[in-house]
Amino acid sequence: MKYVIIGNSAGAVGCVEGIRQTDTDGGITLIASEPYHTYSRPLISYLLCGQTDEEKMKYRKASFYEDNKVDARLGVSVTKIDPAAKTVATDGGETIDYDRLFIATGSVPFIPPMSGLDTVEKKFTFMTLDSAKALDAALTPESRVLIIGAGLIGLKCAEGIHGKAGKITVVDLADRILPSILDKAGSDIMQKHIENHGIEFILSDSVKEFDGTTATLNSGAAVDFDVLVIAVGVRPATDLAKDAGLNVNRGIVTDIKCRTSDPNIYAAGDCTESLDITTGQNKIMALLPNAYMQGECAGKNMAGGDACYDKGIPMNAIGFFGLHIVSAGSYDGEEYIESDGVNYKKLVTKDGLLKGFILMGDVKRAGIYTSLIREQTPLNTIDFELVKRSPQLMAFAADSERRRKLSVKA
Amino acid sequence: MKKIYVNEEWCLGCHLCEYYCAFANSGKDNMVSALKDVKINPRIQVEEGKDICFAVNCRHCPDPICVKSCIAGALSKNSDGMIEIDTGKCVGCFTCVLVCPFGAIMPNDDGHAIQKCELCTKNGCGTPNCVAHCPNNAIVYEER
Ligand SMILES: Cc1cc2nc3c(=O)[nH]c(=O)nc-3n(C[C@H](O)[C@H](O)[C@H](O)COP(=O)(O)OP(=O)(O)OC[C@H]3O[C@@H](n4cnc5c(N)ncnc54)[C@H](O)[C@@H]3O)c2cc1C
Ligand code: SF4
Ligand code: SF4
Repeated sequence: MKYVIIGNSAGAVGCVEGIRQTDTDGGITLIASEPYHTYSRPLISYLLCGQTDEEKMKYRKASFYEDNKVDARLGVSVTKIDPAAKTVATDGGETIDYDRLFIATGSVPFIPPMSGLDTVEKKFTFMTLDSAKALDAALTPESRVLIIGAGLIGLKCAEGIHGKAGKITVVDLADRILPSILDKAGSDIMQKHIENHGIEFILSDSVKEFDGTTATLNSGAAVDFDVLVIAVGVRPATDLAKDAGLNVNRGIVTDIKCRTSDPNIYAAGDCTESLDITTGQNKIMALLPNAYMQGECAGKNMAGGDACYDKGIPMNAIGFFGLHIVSAGSYDGEEYIESDGVNYKKLVTKDGLLKGFILMGDVKRAGIYTSLIREQTPLNTIDFELVKRSPQLMAFAADSERRRKLSVKA
Repeated sequence: MKKIYVNEEWCLGCHLCEYYCAFANSGKDNMVSALKDVKINPRIQVEEGKDICFAVNCRHCPDPICVKSCIAGALSKNSDGMIEIDTGKCVGCFTCVLVCPFGAIMPNDDGHAIQKCELCTKNGCGTPNCVAHCPNNAIVYEER
């Protein structure tokens, strides 16, 4: 069996490890445009603030490709997939044939048309190791940095460069920060916390026009800056799949086997849409654990296995300046909220199941909540009042679930 | 692989395992200086109910969701099947805390990385200290 993998990040590594669980010698060729050993993409902000370095941020050991017998072509882009001939073409002019193909091309930064953007000399996105290095090189302790976008990537960037820049201003069209992870109450707590570290927010506003080092906003306000970071959002990298005639909506459409509309082609991660079991809808869940687990599922199936990725839910853990948020699932249902101004907890239930939660501050044992969502545990089989107060295994009936979980002897 | 198991019927809820865990991982050789006036942050935790108590620590899952979810590649399974943490790689994002179904992984004292039970393989004890000191032999270290 000949496997070709496009990508070299969480999805691709999951696929390699998934294949190798069953097929120890089938040839694997891995092709990726970035010229680096697999690295942890979310760590680029930690690299800038000195909490990691290029060696430590490797996602797998230096011997990963060798250990897994992977022919890694790094710094090479795939330009075309031909599903009929079962080949891929590279920008080096090579044509490589496959029996099973895997696509984990991830996402690319979205840059909306903004008037006068071409007059800005120092402008960056924040998605790759190269983009982080370029931004780092442009910063001085006096730099005034303007970040467009108060989502996860924009704010992680702000935290990463906090000690390296003079002033940081974040502008977002939304009326609150981190809208994809937090509700209004949670956003307010986090916003105050980040502001206490000297980062300034301008919300419900957007850039009307750039002129060199000045941004005029739609409200009429003006922000002077030296360095611009655009972090308004990401788009799934689906061009290759589309051109190959695969079924693509916003992301590449995959089933619970992580297979695309072509039976020989699998896909995972940020470039795909998959089932969110809390809503029953297919969506893009652009987060690293999903990318890895989908990739692993695809890899097992490519090697002839019968794995299912049928527990997919959005789930995210993120912290800023020591204040942590963990969240999972979806938020349509009955709410239970506890808040003391610093710690915040919200649990959402519907149809007798836990559907989603947000914990900020105290995140202890949050995985017990996540597992209730992923396993779709009927809440009438556990002591939910107990688990509501704090996540604990005591809530599971002693004679069944808990024994199984802890493999307690009868 | 040998793992730590707790027999609920015998657990007294005395929390001694938590203290012996904290001591074993303190790097100190004297229990008093290790634990006096310290708010302990043990890797094994006792849950107390009305008529039952039990201690919980990492189950060293054969299919570990913490390892698959770690954004830094800091968690891994070693050749014995034990789940290990490389604290040098860990950035303290707590994704693993978000996914561990046992609540068995927790922030370490400075909050910049996580800690979990590594069966006392990295602290000089050799065998699990909680098992060695449980007064009622409620915690065992065995193959099941
Ligand atoms: C700053 C930042 C912080 C983040 N923080 C978190 C976090 O805290 N938690 C979390 O869960 N997620 C986080 N994420 C998201 C996470 O990084 C992604 O979900 C994850 O990397 C997705 O993995 P992937 O394998 O799908 O794709 P990607 O990581 O995007 O990798 C895509 C790969 O495909 C290759 N490629 C693309 N096109 C081609 C082509 N035509 N030919 C060859 N190769 C190609 C690229 O070189 C790359 O190797 C963060 C992302 C960023 C940018
Ligand atoms: S930390 Fe949790 S998920 Fe990871 S191996 Fe231990 S019990 Fe399993
Ligand atoms: S806290 Fe550390 S070990 Fe846990 S997921 Fe984050 S980087 Fe990995």
